[in-house]
Amino acid sequence: MDIGQLFHNLFFDYTLRTVALGAAILGVVSGALGAFAVLRRQSLLGDAISHAALPGIVIAFLLTRSREPVVFLLGALAAGWAATLSIAAITRTTRIKDDSALGLVLSVFFGFGLMLLTFAQKLSDARQAGLDKFLFGQAATLLQSDVIAMATVGALALGTTLLFWKEFKLLTFDADYAASLGYPVRTLDILLTTLLVVAIVIGLQTVGVVLMSAMLVAPAAAARQWTNRLETMVGLSGLFGALAGVSGALISSAMEKTPTGPVIVLCISALVLVSLLFAPARGVVWRRLRDLRNQRRVRTAHLQP
Amino acid sequence: MTTTAVEVRDLTVAYKDKPVLWSVDMQAPSGALMAIVGPNGAGKTTLIKAILGLVRPLAGQALIYGKPYLKQRHLVAYVPQRSSVDWDFPTSVLDVVMMGRYGALGWLKRPGAAERRAALEALDKVGMVDFAERQIGQLSGGQQQRVFLARALVQNAEVYLMDEPFQGVDATTERAIVRLLQELRSQGKTVLVVHHDLQTVPEYFDWVMMLNVRRIACGPVREVFTEPNLRATYGGKIAFLNGNGVGEIQDGYRTALSQPVL
Ligand SMILES: Nc1ncnc2c1ncn2[C@@H]1O[C@H](COP(=O)(O)OP(=O)(O)OP(=O)(O)O)[C@@H](O)[C@H]1O
Ligand SMILES: [Mg+2]
Repeated sequence: MDIGQLFHNLFFDYTLRTVALGAAILGVVSGALGAFAVLRRQSLLGDAISHAALPGIVIAFLLTRSREPVVFLLGALAAGWAATLSIAAITRTTRIKDDSALGLVLSVFFGFGLMLLTFAQKLSDARQAGLDKFLFGQAATLLQSDVIAMATVGALALGTTLLFWKEFKLLTFDADYAASLGYPVRTLDILLTTLLVVAIVIGLQTVGVVLMSAMLVAPAAAARQWTNRLETMVGLSGLFGALAGVSGALISSAMEKTPTGPVIVLCISALVLVSLLFAPARGVVWRRLRDLRNQRRVRTAHLQP
Repeated sequence: MTTTAVEVRDLTVAYKDKPVLWSVDMQAPSGALMAIVGPNGAGKTTLIKAILGLVRPLAGQALIYGKPYLKQRHLVAYVPQRSSVDWDFPTSVLDVVMMGRYGALGWLKRPGAAERRAALEALDKVGMVDFAERQIGQLSGGQQQRVFLARALVQNAEVYLMDEPFQGVDATTERAIVRLLQELRSQGKTVLVVHHDLQTVPEYFDWVMMLNVRRIACGPVREVFTEPNLRATYGGKIAFLNGNGVGEIQDGYRTALSQPVL
């Protein structure tokens, strides 16, 4: 398929258009909220939450026997929340440090989810429901109604972020100081984490629980390279996420039997690589060039009598 | 009689099962410039955090002008230990200083021209206006410390709680900051400063709180900053040359005093 045909399809082919739109939405929301997660050093939390969503999805299906995406998403939301609370409870009440608590919760929830999934797959209606698509994502199953749901929830999440921008910025930079000013830090923390859970849940059907955390961390890591302003970083992060989403959708539709989720993740990884190497000021290449130039200058200055 | 600006009564704080502050009492009169001294791990940071309500005490309470912190927080500005934040955070010096106005701004309102002006004014006071647009990671330690100071100044508070504001600051800057603190005092503000350099305590401060889990002493520097109290605070970690009060320190004594603590 040639490029012109591909772009024609992007607008006129129902499947491709839906998938690309869905991937773009997932990219924007996870990119923007992932930026906060990365700055708060919560990348691992994102990973734990997305893995923990699996048992929630399966339980939601087993309870309702419904194939509505909304049901799955609610299950994922509940499980992601439960995981977050478990991590907080473990670090507060035991001597286990938070990274170990994250690892623990991640593996326990995910293991439990896999077990439930194996069990559920034996039921005939479960196989049709395609529960296993949530492992690595299956963008082709996205419907227009799914995309509309994703867009609505995503817009709500982004709107809330904008509304509490000043508070989230303060919380992320200096939580103790925020508390000393009288802001309810616990509540803000819960709100921002909930938005993170929402961002994860939006992407699960397309990218899957295993790779989802890459969509939180990678756009933010790439965006950080290009700017020293939070506003720009969050915006760029969303843009990079969307870019990776759409290109991933296009590439996987052009090549037969390529899963969309992993291709999206590959695209964002490429963006990270380029940013790490070539971003001005922070990029490795420019830094190296600058060092060389400085060395040369110092050397010639020393040689002058 | 002067009023009490900060009062701590019978304060006990523990992390998990380890007591860090044990039944601590403290009184800082309005207009005091007070040093809080004690060895590493003495609980100085914890004391400040407890006054601010950032850690929950097992017992006791802290009052600002007679009322709990919750009711008085608009009167209080906090300068955290510099190492408590990630300086690679993507934001500018001006932005950080404007955060000092967030408490007065309240929910949802964005900082505007007025906040900008106030922040620039505070930056001018600490000699950092030229750095207003810099990313905070591209500052030296002492400059970062001054940014935190400016952020507290912009709060326009009555009581200032500062955790090691002189850490990593050169001698010239240190004196400039001290002048700033003395200026605050002359405006009737109360300033509590966690301080590590015992040598400069009598010079910079008029009150001192000596702390090592328990309160060792708290009062005017001239009265309580004595060798027995220092010995009680720092244990055997300090070599003393003679037993005079610190009011009249000799040169040899000064160096002996300052070295092991740093
Ligand atoms: N979050 C925490 N959890 C557990 N223990 C803590 C915590 N914060 C401090 N501690 C312990 O409490 C004691 C007092 O700590 P604090 O930070 O108040 O000391 P400090 O006097 O400020 O020391 P420094 O001079 O090193 O800043 C130390 O023994 C420390 O190990
Ligand atoms: Mg301390």
